[in-house]
Amino acid sequence: MKQLRIDMSKCDAGRNCNHECEEACAIKVFKLKDREHAALHIRELADGSGQAILCDQCGDCVVVCPADALKRNKMGAVILDKELCVGCYTCIGFCEKNAFERNPDWVIPFKCISCGICVKACPHAALEVVEVPTPDYRII
Amino acid sequence: MANVYEGLTDYPAFHRAEVNYKIRTEYLEHLQEQRASHKLLKEWTFTPSLPEKGYTNRTLYINVGTLEIQEKEVTQQMKDIFTGGRGFGMWYLWNAVTPKTKWNDPENEIIITPGPVSGITQYPGSGKSLVVSLSPQTEIPIDSNVGGYFGPLLKFSGFDCLEIQGKSDRELIVFIDGQKGILRVEDAPAEPVDSHVLAEILTHMYAESEEDRVNISVVSAGSAADHSLIGMLNFSWFDKRRGCIRLKQAGRGGIGTVFRDKKIKALVIRGREVKGDLNHPVDFETIAKTGIKLHKELRENDPSMCLMRRNGTAHIVEIMDAYDLLPTHNFQYGGHPEVHKIASYVWDQRCTQRTTDGCWYGCSMACAKGADGVVLQTGPYKGHMVTVDGPEYENAAGLGSNAGIFEPEPLLELNFYCDTYGICTITWGTIAAFVMECYQRGILNKERTGGLDLTWGNWRDDLEMMHQCARGEGFGLIAGQGVKKMKEMFIEKGWGDPQLIEDIGMENKGLEYSQYLSKESLAQQGGYALTNKGPQHDEAWLIFMDMVNKQLPTFEDKAEALYYFPLWRTWFGLQGWCKLPWNDVAPRNNHLTAEPAKIPEHVQNYLDIAGAMVGKKYTSEDMLLQSARVYNFQRIFNIRMGKGLRIHDKAPYRSQGPVTKEEYESRQERYEKELREQVGIDPSTLTLEEKIAATRKFRTDRYSKLVDTVYTRRGWTLDGVPTQARLKELGLDVFPEVMEISKTHGG
Repeated sequence: MKQLRIDMSKCDAGRNCNHECEEACAIKVFKLKDREHAALHIRELADGSGQAILCDQCGDCVVVCPADALKRNKMGAVILDKELCVGCYTCIGFCEKNAFERNPDWVIPFKCISCGICVKACPHAALEVVEVPTPDYRII
Repeated sequence: MANVYEGLTDYPAFHRAEVNYKIRTEYLEHLQEQRASHKLLKEWTFTPSLPEKGYTNRTLYINVGTLEIQEKEVTQQMKDIFTGGRGFGMWYLWNAVTPKTKWNDPENEIIITPGPVSGITQYPGSGKSLVVSLSPQTEIPIDSNVGGYFGPLLKFSGFDCLEIQGKSDRELIVFIDGQKGILRVEDAPAEPVDSHVLAEILTHMYAESEEDRVNISVVSAGSAADHSLIGMLNFSWFDKRRGCIRLKQAGRGGIGTVFRDKKIKALVIRGREVKGDLNHPVDFETIAKTGIKLHKELRENDPSMCLMRRNGTAHIVEIMDAYDLLPTHNFQYGGHPEVHKIASYVWDQRCTQRTTDGCWYGCSMACAKGADGVVLQTGPYKGHMVTVDGPEYENAAGLGSNAGIFEPEPLLELNFYCDTYGICTITWGTIAAFVMECYQRGILNKERTGGLDLTWGNWRDDLEMMHQCARGEGFGLIAGQGVKKMKEMFIEKGWGDPQLIEDIGMENKGLEYSQYLSKESLAQQGGYALTNKGPQHDEAWLIFMDMVNKQLPTFEDKAEALYYFPLWRTWFGLQGWCKLPWNDVAPRNNHLTAEPAKIPEHVQNYLDIAGAMVGKKYTSEDMLLQSARVYNFQRIFNIRMGKGLRIHDKAPYRSQGPVTKEEYESRQERYEKELREQVGIDPSTLTLEEKIAATRKFRTDRYSKLVDTVYTRRGWTLDGVPTQARLKELGLDVFPEVMEISKTHGG
């Protein structure tokens, strides 16, 4: 499956960039003006190091979704079917990576789909989409 | 049907992690003929609407006898005084019946009401419906809190309540199409009534596409409800992953019997597609944030607390056993050496994991576990492969240990047949336990049971008794009348010592006890017998606070708990919530709060959500006031129906102390300590009979003192009547008849 990865030795957590990855994700993918609602987050920590909040397409949310709205596509990325989503936010609460995002104007949540737009946008080439084995669904 | 257990000769081992949860027996081969056999009796149109601030402000009234159908306004007074849910149900029932109305009169109603928060998808346990009717067992109002999709889909079709009155002379299906605004009453002679078959057929019949099945919910009973007083209602939802219908039960008090007496085969709703904001709350963000917080708490804490997501409520089987609280052999004992055979790890293996098991969207507590691939060994569905909803704790204890049955697959089969036959599992558990003890003590024998061997643990004859009930024949017909009627019959026939029969028949007000052993917890004795509807733990479950954690040492402490918790728990039924997410998970720091038993952070969650729905800031005092209005109204309603006084709060002695020598001896140390330290008697000077008698006197006197203290705390007279002052304080003086009933009875 396709999985977004970040090399934190290359990412400088926004000190010498304009969070182009978040910007591209929010504007190009989800048509949102505010990069705060992007589906990935790069944070600068107090010690100067960086932290990335990314979806690794683990599939836990597929297991807990009561509406069967989250499923893997052919590439293995977990995709939310907006028509089926009932806005219960179980996926948000059960995601151990905090990868789900909400825009207060929408009832449905959203997440990274490993599309790779952020990869192209990153000025430090810290991001990449890699092919990894699809994990089994867990008992959550 | 594919058989995954080829060559099966007996019950397989319970470890079946690899069961294919999509395979089961199907019942759709006659769908076209069944559909063609329907005759339209009445068609009525309405304008579908969505709630605003949780209310649609409309009630749908249907008389199944006259076929009168009308919309009624939900008035501001109804909302102000009764809030919703059980409150609305009580109010409509009050107006429908007179003190002389019997459960099987056409005037009796079945009211189904989701409360104002019901149908939100963000907070676990928010899809409940309340069902209210005059009970065939207690002859007073009964209320039952049930999951499944019917209530929310009713509300999203445009109605806060469904009020059903009258009696039909033909088998009816009422179909409410909330997408098109059409209601049809159909004569439906062909379908079988058993719920696992009927709900599947009707879900497929009324859905317009495969995708539409999730928008269908069916309310049905079953063939044992036709022949007993203990019928219950199943509320369905379509489980997309399993590809089958699932069932949740409005179990207690015989509402399924009323349903079938009205000749209603099923209520079917087709609601609109569910979205997250259909209730149109004033403050969606607060609901969203509070919901996400609880989802996270469940993810983080459930694996180390209750494991509800893995085992459902059955997680407490071994805990109850460890604390000597698991009802065993008709509530004689509190545990058994074979309990490990029906303990939670068995259900962990036997229930399908890696799926969702909420009975409404967004319930991440997901306790509605399903055991798939169950191949039935007896009865009309012998050889069929089915999915069993459960077993919940009450079923494992009631159908299991209380009847001395410690085999998981027979227990699942008992659970399955109770559900599909439309009878309450809790009630059947207490009935079977009672008749088995009568059999043990010679009150019953093979001749009197028509050949049934009701020895402890004989699940085959327990099931046969149930099949007889469903066929309307034999001793099963007698068992289906419930413990109260059986006690009267056995005493009248002179089959045993009347006092013994009274003592061991675990009913109060005509309703069977649910599955907790209360005899060593005075507070729980009150929690059961001082209820409005009869001994059901959903009003007050104080056994751990009182007996294990010793948090209620004085009469006043117990009375305070018996004031607060019944009101707090009533509120779930007014709003449309499930109680389990309140206390089957807790914040990590809960034990550091001033009142951990209340789970203060969760109380605040509920206050925040109910307030966010209607645009108010609710406090605990607001909650207590809303509940107390309905609770006291219901008490007055009971008095209006000729019950509801102190005499009706009397408890069978088995619920309070040791009836028999064996029971006394099983806890001799405890009882002798009590005699020495609390009664001031030296037990070594007494015979066993004298010790049992002295214990009995002490315990019944103590219960009587508890009743005095609780009544006083609740603002009732010592005869259990809400006083004029208390009713005025609650604003119930706007109803002159309520005040008059109180006054007439010394209030």
